[in-house]
Amino acid sequence: MLAAPKGGGLSLWAMLARRLALGLVLLWAVSLVIFAGTQILPGDVASAMLGQQATPAAVASIRQELGLEQPAAVRYVKWLGGAVTGDFGRSYSNRQDIAKSIAPRLKNTLLLAAMAAAIAIPLSIALGIACALTAGSWIDRTIGLVTLSAISLPEFFAGYLLIAYFSVMHLWLPSSATVSEGMSLGQRFVVMLLPCLTLVLAVVGHMMRMTRVALLNVMTSPYIETALLKGLPRSRIVWKHALPNAVSPIVNVVALNLAYLVVGVVVVEVIFVYPGMGQYLVDHVAKRDVPVVQATGLVFAAIYILLNIAADMISVIANPRLRHPR
Amino acid sequence: MSRLPPLTPLAVIGFFGAAAFILLAGFAPWLAPHPVSEVVGGVWEPPSADALLGTDNIGRDLFSRLVWGARVTFAIAALATALAFLLGVSLGFYAAVRRGWVDQLLSRLNDLLMAIPTLIFALVVLAVLPKTMIVLVLVMAILEATRVFRVSRAIAADLVVLDYVEVARLRGESWRWVILREILPNALSPLLAELGLRFAFSILFLSTLSFLGLGVQPPIADWGSLVKENKDGLLFGVFAALIPGAAIAILVICINLVVDWMLQKTTSLKRGRRDG
Amino acid sequence: MGDVLLKVTDLEIKAGATTIVDRVSFTLDKGRVLGLIGESGAGKSTIGLASLGHTREGLRITGGRAELNGRDILAPASAKARYLTSASVTYVAQSAAAAFNPAHRLIDQVIEATLGHKLMRRSEALARAKSLFGLLGLPDPAHFGDRYPHQASGGQLQRAMTAMALCSSPELIVFDEPTTALDVTTQIDVLAAIKHAIVKTGTAALYISHDLAVVAQVADEILVLRHGRMVERGPVERIFAAPVEVYTKHLVSLRRSEKLLTAGGGNVLLRVSGITAGYAKGVDVLNDVSFDVVRGETLAVVGESGSGKSTLARVITGLLPARSGTLQFEGKSLDPSLTRRDAPTHRNIQIVNQIPDLALNPRQTVEAILSRPLAFYFGLKGSALRAHVSTLLDQIELPSALADRYPAELSGGQKQRICIARALAADPGLIICDEPTSALDPLVADGILDLLMRLQKEAGTSYLFITHDLSIVRSIADSVVVMLGGKVVRSGGKTEVLAPPFDSYTEKLIASVPEMRPGWLDDALAGRGRPGTLER
Repeated sequence: MLAAPKGGGLSLWAMLARRLALGLVLLWAVSLVIFAGTQILPGDVASAMLGQQATPAAVASIRQELGLEQPAAVRYVKWLGGAVTGDFGRSYSNRQDIAKSIAPRLKNTLLLAAMAAAIAIPLSIALGIACALTAGSWIDRTIGLVTLSAISLPEFFAGYLLIAYFSVMHLWLPSSATVSEGMSLGQRFVVMLLPCLTLVLAVVGHMMRMTRVALLNVMTSPYIETALLKGLPRSRIVWKHALPNAVSPIVNVVALNLAYLVVGVVVVEVIFVYPGMGQYLVDHVAKRDVPVVQATGLVFAAIYILLNIAADMISVIANPRLRHPR
Repeated sequence: MSRLPPLTPLAVIGFFGAAAFILLAGFAPWLAPHPVSEVVGGVWEPPSADALLGTDNIGRDLFSRLVWGARVTFAIAALATALAFLLGVSLGFYAAVRRGWVDQLLSRLNDLLMAIPTLIFALVVLAVLPKTMIVLVLVMAILEATRVFRVSRAIAADLVVLDYVEVARLRGESWRWVILREILPNALSPLLAELGLRFAFSILFLSTLSFLGLGVQPPIADWGSLVKENKDGLLFGVFAALIPGAAIAILVICINLVVDWMLQKTTSLKRGRRDG
Repeated sequence: MGDVLLKVTDLEIKAGATTIVDRVSFTLDKGRVLGLIGESGAGKSTIGLASLGHTREGLRITGGRAELNGRDILAPASAKARYLTSASVTYVAQSAAAAFNPAHRLIDQVIEATLGHKLMRRSEALARAKSLFGLLGLPDPAHFGDRYPHQASGGQLQRAMTAMALCSSPELIVFDEPTTALDVTTQIDVLAAIKHAIVKTGTAALYISHDLAVVAQVADEILVLRHGRMVERGPVERIFAAPVEVYTKHLVSLRRSEKLLTAGGGNVLLRVSGITAGYAKGVDVLNDVSFDVVRGETLAVVGESGSGKSTLARVITGLLPARSGTLQFEGKSLDPSLTRRDAPTHRNIQIVNQIPDLALNPRQTVEAILSRPLAFYFGLKGSALRAHVSTLLDQIELPSALADRYPAELSGGQKQRICIARALAADPGLIICDEPTSALDPLVADGILDLLMRLQKEAGTSYLFITHDLSIVRSIADSVVVMLGGKVVRSGGKTEVLAPPFDSYTEKLIASVPEMRPGWLDDALAGRGRPGTLER
């Protein structure tokens, strides 16, 4: 490099380390919010969990089991200490070890989300680029209108629409996505196809529209005009001059929507009875099983934060100003 | 509004759809042929003169329930959005003009709330809170308010450094004047677009919660609840659940068409849409 | 007369229904430099880009021809025609910082077009680029190109873009205000480098600028444009010696009269002592700044970007409380923070900003804008208020019919007059003018300065006038403060400050201000005793 980094500016590694550290702080703060979120009740958790069957004896027994006679701060420290070491305690409703119940479900959820991402990311970036290149034409407007509609569909409507067509009217694909340990990868794939498609539908619209905007913003830069005036072919202008500068905003867009997968997956799992984290969470919210809700909430939030940190880092790396300090 | 672009055919469709929804919600008692809980026939009967869209899972008129449901959906979504704006805009503007530690505190707290996906956050607190409408509206409003806060703070922070706002401060004007006379009039059009966006999101969010059984509780039903009630029919070839689902989709498409039209000039706001 | 290189005939360009370029015709011979001069909206950049066969989005060529070596470069907008044109006509933008792609090294961008047109092998192109870097006086020519755009200064980027334009050995280069965004002391070096390079390579050029003094240094001929129409065209010497059209006469005679010094002996209105201030922790933008503003007089604060002159305005107004030092107004100490000052103090210090577009609330009418200080400070209401507003409009020489207009419906000069009226409405002791004319066209700016001087005579208001332009200082100031890097390097009465013996910075500053005559650049460089190709 020409010039050594001047004092004051952070080097790339220092910056990445800082983001990671900030992410950890954020995750800790989020754990506090989630814990506090389950304690905001005017009464106490025990009577809420029991609802109408709250006899004094039952309440007392739960209070004891959850250690509610201890101050909230003590309970929080215990809970967080356990969570860090992978011990989320036992479920109230079925007495099972929560960590053991979560592990296979987390795997299923991540598999589903990864499968959806693997289809959605290339598809939406390709569509976004196609729209940006043909901005204002009928291709752009048609794709724009279709994706606007896709954005507006609630996941459950999209899911049931797919079920109605592929499972009920044609019997091509199963309507429920029950997977089990013994299934081969191919079988899993078939079963997961509909939930995966529903998820893709949920995110592809946003990703594509935001990719388009990011690229169009770059295409209005003066340096694109410079490239035009150089007489460069259009393909070179797009690939060599526009895309490298659009990477950072596009990565952000992709990450934002991957994070949205975390939300979408909850609904999709319920629709297709897919044994993942989302279904687990919703079931136990209905049962008011606080320990399970805290644990799954924390895991979901952690995934979400990790994705955001990853996006942050990739867009830092993609920025030449930061890769080559003054 | 003087700065809105000329109407497009798509925007007209959008306005028409949104207006139809509001009329449906407002005039439900006159438009619905049957009371909301009246059983008019067998389970999942096909459409007839008496039940225009057929009957539901326990034989109630689906069309009437759809009309009444519009009312519930509109009331909760509108109330939550209004509250979210009241909270988000006032805090967002306050943070932007005060700057310094006030801004830091509010912004960091907001970042923290936004670090948890909305649905996950809602599920966590709904696990312990009583299942009432008030709780539902409050939870939705607070979660929405975080997004409104971020947008309105950004808008106001861009405006507050403009010379004309500084001139007003140099004149010795109060914060009240600065916010109400100098900033707000210039923030109206982006905020209006955001309002549409948040309202659309509220409707989707409410329907999702109700679909999961954690939103509006029986015997009251919004459009999301109608999907939940009738979803089992799907496997028997009864598509009753798709009708309220389609109603939600059409409504949200219409609102998004209007918002898209308003955003034609200011593309940057599109980034904030449905962020987790 | 040599061979005709570029021939533009009856060129007409429209944006929607508005005519941007109205039947403009000119020719440019090989190896010559034509200066296009005009104020904003004159259509000069549009003509420049049309010479490259390019029109920006929203514009359309509705008539006329442009021929390069007899070949039409406008009519068939085919890729092939554009490709051919791009090899022989190149462009240097006003902001090279924005025109270079931040993602690639400078050298790759400089040789890209040359390689793209297969004019040279890569090794030849690299060698040529490096020799051009040397020709343009860039530091370490062999390795300068390894930098990314953000690793070079503004002046260096303008030179690098010139090297990029020259690399493919074009027949014509279009320079679009290449030095406008630079400080004067940088401008003179870049200007010298550009002139040196085009003379050496014998390339023809279209040199676009709003600044006649700058164009006069590089051009052989000048074409004066206004509102998209041609006003006058001729050799530089003739334009200066014997301008024909009234507009050209105005432009050429824009040597402002020097302000006669006031009798003196007035008492001190504002005393600034030992002010140190800054935004970020530990970084002082202002360092121990002291001076006095005398009642009824004008103090000019001169400095280049980064000198801290605008920060000074923020400290005096109280928007940015100083870290140390004191302010005294009319003998009484002034609270550092705006919010703790009382209403009479607020009223007594008013400001006129650089960009009138940002200084007026777009949602308020002129009447609302001017009424507010009258109502706020003096409690005026009803007919008395309306009468006062129309008096103010009278004072700033605008018709009272403008009262119902919104700022968007006014011209730049009118907006700045409204800003002045708003400051005046408070009947202040001091008006801080923060570069109030630098965003305006020369003739409009002249009108604003005249207005400010007349108002000072009538009302006895003091001005603290922040500017980077020494010619303005001569025409408006009584005393001067010269700032560099947050420090005062020179201060005193105007005659003392602007006369030798100089400190080195003030001397450079004065020597760098373009004079309105051809040949100034050569004289200035000769006066320095060294070729003007070294930056700072």
